[in-house]
Amino acid sequence: MAFEETVQRLTEAIGADQIRTSEFRDNRRVIVSPNKLYAVLQCCRDTLGFDMLFEQNGIDYLKYPGARDRFGVVYGLLNMTTGERLFVKVFLNEPDLTLPSAYPLWKGAEWMEREIYDMFGIEFEGHPDLRRILMPPEFTSFPLRKDYPMRGRGERHNFPVITRAES
Amino acid sequence: MPLEAATLNRLEGGGDHEYLWTLNFGPQHPATHTTLRLIVQLSGEDIVKITPDIGFLHSGFEKLGEDLDYNQYVTIVDRMNYISPVANEISWFHAVEKLLDVQITPRCAYIRTIMAELARISDHLLCAGAAALDLGAFTAFLYGFYQREVIYDIYETASGQRFHPSYFRVGGVAYDVTDEWVAKVRNFVRDFPKTHADMVRLLNRNRIFVERTRGVGVLTKQLAISRSITGPVARSAGVVRDLRKDEPYLAYKELEGAFQVVCAQEGDCYARYQVRMEEMIESLKIIDAAIENLPSGPINVDANSKAIIPDQMSVYRSIESLIHHFELIMPNRQWTPPIEEVYGATETANGELGFYVVSDGSGASYRARTRPPSFIHFAVFPELMKGHQLSDIVAVLGSLNIIAAELDR
Repeated sequence: MAFEETVQRLTEAIGADQIRTSEFRDNRRVIVSPNKLYAVLQCCRDTLGFDMLFEQNGIDYLKYPGARDRFGVVYGLLNMTTGERLFVKVFLNEPDLTLPSAYPLWKGAEWMEREIYDMFGIEFEGHPDLRRILMPPEFTSFPLRKDYPMRGRGERHNFPVITRAES
Repeated sequence: MPLEAATLNRLEGGGDHEYLWTLNFGPQHPATHTTLRLIVQLSGEDIVKITPDIGFLHSGFEKLGEDLDYNQYVTIVDRMNYISPVANEISWFHAVEKLLDVQITPRCAYIRTIMAELARISDHLLCAGAAALDLGAFTAFLYGFYQREVIYDIYETASGQRFHPSYFRVGGVAYDVTDEWVAKVRNFVRDFPKTHADMVRLLNRNRIFVERTRGVGVLTKQLAISRSITGPVARSAGVVRDLRKDEPYLAYKELEGAFQVVCAQEGDCYARYQVRMEEMIESLKIIDAAIENLPSGPINVDANSKAIIPDQMSVYRSIESLIHHFELIMPNRQWTPPIEEVYGATETANGELGFYVVSDGSGASYRARTRPPSFIHFAVFPELMKGHQLSDIVAVLGSLNIIAAELDR
């Protein structure tokens, strides 16, 4: 299925004013608003045949040239029959950093959403177990945000030291 | 990361589960190979629930990718899946070159293809060998490791570094390969089938190995697709997808006839082992075809494209190259990629390794997201372990080939 046809069928299902598209090299993107996200993802899976969520990631656009929104979350969808790839992109702004979880549609979203939550602080509603995954649970910042310094904020030096006698 | 076992292992339905025994598996355990932790809840020897706890090796690779430029980050990428580092480099540059719109030369494409396939063999040797080692078959592991050493030697001949070669650059490779390298690859192609046959004879009909892997950790095709699983793990469950055939990159388009995609139906540990073993033979065919058809000509793209650092002699002898070299090294000049974002993926030994590179027009990426196959495959692990026993953990863990450095980045 060509990209134009995918977009056309999405606009029929969701509404033309809700969807923007962009292309770069071989990446085709559909940009939607957070409140339409779940409907778009569901439409992609059920009627357009995108049965695999091969990628999900977050981006912080704080220092990005020309950016108007703070965060972006990218869903990479793959149609296993035709091999077509589609990226669904959604932008988010503080203070409302919640998105519907894609876990009910693709189980693969489970850990990827946990990672996005861990790194950017974006919460996913309906996720079965939204905890930090890579960072320790007592960690308070979101390290991949652009306002978090690369050398950290001294967490590493303040880790509690457990001596042999205490353990 | 460290969590109270009691809070993690609350079972559905509540009730009194005091008869259950909670076992902490890892983070330091020989069968986890690196640092990952499993909190296992057992009823006798039967597994009731498994909760993976990861992040012990998290070193902020993606944050570093926002600081280091496109060529420098290759040293970090090398350390993700350290079992087959060259494949990570190829994947990284695949995405970066897509962003910069650089078309690599045929010779470079062939060299990269050979290196990628060597990396695949090296990865599969360790995975198959270590999976057998965990189940008590030590010899096959040692046979595999001998050939891995030969592959390391080939890397060293090309790049000067055996473990983390950092051999590739944007638009080419660091040094051209020599006749000695070609001879070593040919020797490997000649000698490897014997080792492979030895491993097959040691394991394929080994009663202990077969009985501990067949029917264990069964992954269905439906679950594999829903869980985003790719690579040999998915192919052993009947998913017919290989980026080398489906989205050809490097020289795979020209070498299409040289290899086949290996698939299986069962989806158990034994099928995963067999897919890996057969893929090694297919990889060997690619290497054989590529090394005999290695094109001559330049290894790097034209220096005027300003994508690649010019070679040393021309930097010493011409002012243009000197300026050009200077511009690519100084952090305020470097490449001028479009302000865009791109996803590029290649088929590595573990599955689809992709990079989502966001560029803000400077020489370093604005965001360098990795799509790590190990991370995605490990998420399915608790489901694979349902209804199995404690001793099956090592069999399934070994067959998934979880590399903690890639898992945690």
